[in-house]
Amino acid sequence: MVVNRALYFRRRLANSAFIVLSFSAALFGLAWLGFILWALLSNGVAALGPHLFTETTPPPGSQGGLSNAIFGSVVMSLGAVVIGTPIGIFAGTYLAEYARYGKLAFVVRFVNDILLSAPSIVLGLFVYELVVVPMGHFSAIAGIVVLAVIVIPVVVRTTENMLLLVPDSLREAASSLGAPRNFVIKLVTWKAARAGIITGALLAIARISGETAPILFTALNNNFMSTDLTKPMASLPAVIFQYAISPYEDWHDLAWAGALLVTITVLTLSIIARILGNQKRT
Amino acid sequence: MTDISLSQTADLTVRAQTARRAGAGDTRFRLTSMAAAILVLLIFAGVIASLILGSMPAFKAFGFGFITTEAWSPARDRFGALGPIYGTLVTSAIAMLIALPVGIGIAIFLTELCPRMFRRPVGIAIELLAGIPSIIYGIWGLFVFAPWFQGAVQEPVMNAVADVPVLGTLFGGAPYGIGIFTAGLILSIMILPFIAAVTRDVLETVPSVLKEAAYGVGATQWEVIRKVALPFARTGVVGGAMLALGRALGETMAVTFVIGNAHRIAPSLFAPGTSISAAIANEFTEATTEVYTSALIELGLLLFVITFIVLAAAQLMLRSMEKGQGK
Repeated sequence: MVVNRALYFRRRLANSAFIVLSFSAALFGLAWLGFILWALLSNGVAALGPHLFTETTPPPGSQGGLSNAIFGSVVMSLGAVVIGTPIGIFAGTYLAEYARYGKLAFVVRFVNDILLSAPSIVLGLFVYELVVVPMGHFSAIAGIVVLAVIVIPVVVRTTENMLLLVPDSLREAASSLGAPRNFVIKLVTWKAARAGIITGALLAIARISGETAPILFTALNNNFMSTDLTKPMASLPAVIFQYAISPYEDWHDLAWAGALLVTITVLTLSIIARILGNQKRT
Repeated sequence: MTDISLSQTADLTVRAQTARRAGAGDTRFRLTSMAAAILVLLIFAGVIASLILGSMPAFKAFGFGFITTEAWSPARDRFGALGPIYGTLVTSAIAMLIALPVGIGIAIFLTELCPRMFRRPVGIAIELLAGIPSIIYGIWGLFVFAPWFQGAVQEPVMNAVADVPVLGTLFGGAPYGIGIFTAGLILSIMILPFIAAVTRDVLETVPSVLKEAAYGVGATQWEVIRKVALPFARTGVVGGAMLALGRALGETMAVTFVIGNAHRIAPSLFAPGTSISAAIANEFTEATTEVYTSALIELGLLLFVITFIVLAAAQLMLRSMEKGQGK
């Protein structure tokens, strides 16, 4: 038997090279995550403190916090979720329960997936034309609308996926007991898919809490505490942007603190969503 | 067996009423959910309509020359989109060149090589990278990455290739730290997790019988992956890559921070430039004339059209992949 040693050696060499390369690819990815988190922690923790939550954004050179930005972010995110989630759940329900194979469902699904990945800045321009131009000025309402437009596709997608995981035998069992269709959906399939639907809403909040570009032309920003939804409102991402590109050192510190807050929020939400999502599957 | 209640008319009426009410609730519920679904279509139509309407003044002023003109002068109300289009395409291309091989490498690592124990934690860590908002990449890129890149990479590379004909131009100029290349690098880190996650998902659908058969005839791991697993998952990988490209094209804040915001097209990749999204983000609230605002909205329309084509192609590929599995 002739053994082609050179060939075997080449193949083994190629294999080892490939293993090393894919290990280093994974290391490369993880290294960036570490690099970013470390930078956030080392720059952000120093600026953390209770004053962030109690004082409003300062003029350059004086002490201050981020309370108006935190308030604005919370108000606008909540508003967007309150408006966007029900619409998303109903649309997802329509896709999964009523029109699974219909033409309309096909189009809605396609368009929804496009909206899901469409550049958020373009959605910002849309809401600018839709709300800001008619109103004549920037406002928190416009910010809420644009964030809701971002929330809807996320919730539609997860709701549909989760409802499709519910076995049809459950629906058939409920229907055979004489339950009308909306009872079947409300009492059986929504219940069965509840964890998944909540996961979708959480992911949507995670997604919008860092959105910056569309906020810039809708809610704009505000250096003072404002609770008026028809006026411009501050938000964490907008303040981070404004402060980071400014030349002032103390504003940079606040920007880092804001960035740390946003990242902690987003990562916490995604981890909770993941835990909920896993419970569903087992 | 008889239902006693049926013999009593009063009970019958109650039943009929309940049934009618339930039926009405049914219609209402179906129409509500259908309205929500149609609202999604309306949002999409509204985006297109508002962008087209908003860009009419600029289109009337510049026509199709808008796309091929480089000049961008708010002072003289002359606007051309070539600079931003160039920046968007080049940064996305750089991002894809780096993220595609690395992302596929990570996916292969996760599905084939990683010890089972570490699979979930590493997978989750990579996905967390996808969840970090774009503005965080931006602030990190501006304050941490760009200064490091300027000293550790740009200067040595510039000095090394200064006298080489083509490379000297491509990587010439002054080391600013920020610029087209930096933006491309940060974009590549941002889209890496998408490519890795989609590729991992499609690689997991490769039937183990196929891989076992290949191992059975003596193939190495590399050969199994390159000649069996990757060809099987090809459509999914390409679809995932297109999805990531869609993200890269429209990514705004991370790019805005580090691209340098210069509308002229420089021969050097290290030079500052701008992208469609960065130009809109930086200038929209400062646009003073109607034509200026309209030109920025037309940029948005261009961006939407480009990403729509890429994302639609990605959807179709991933859909056909799913159908293939159903067989």
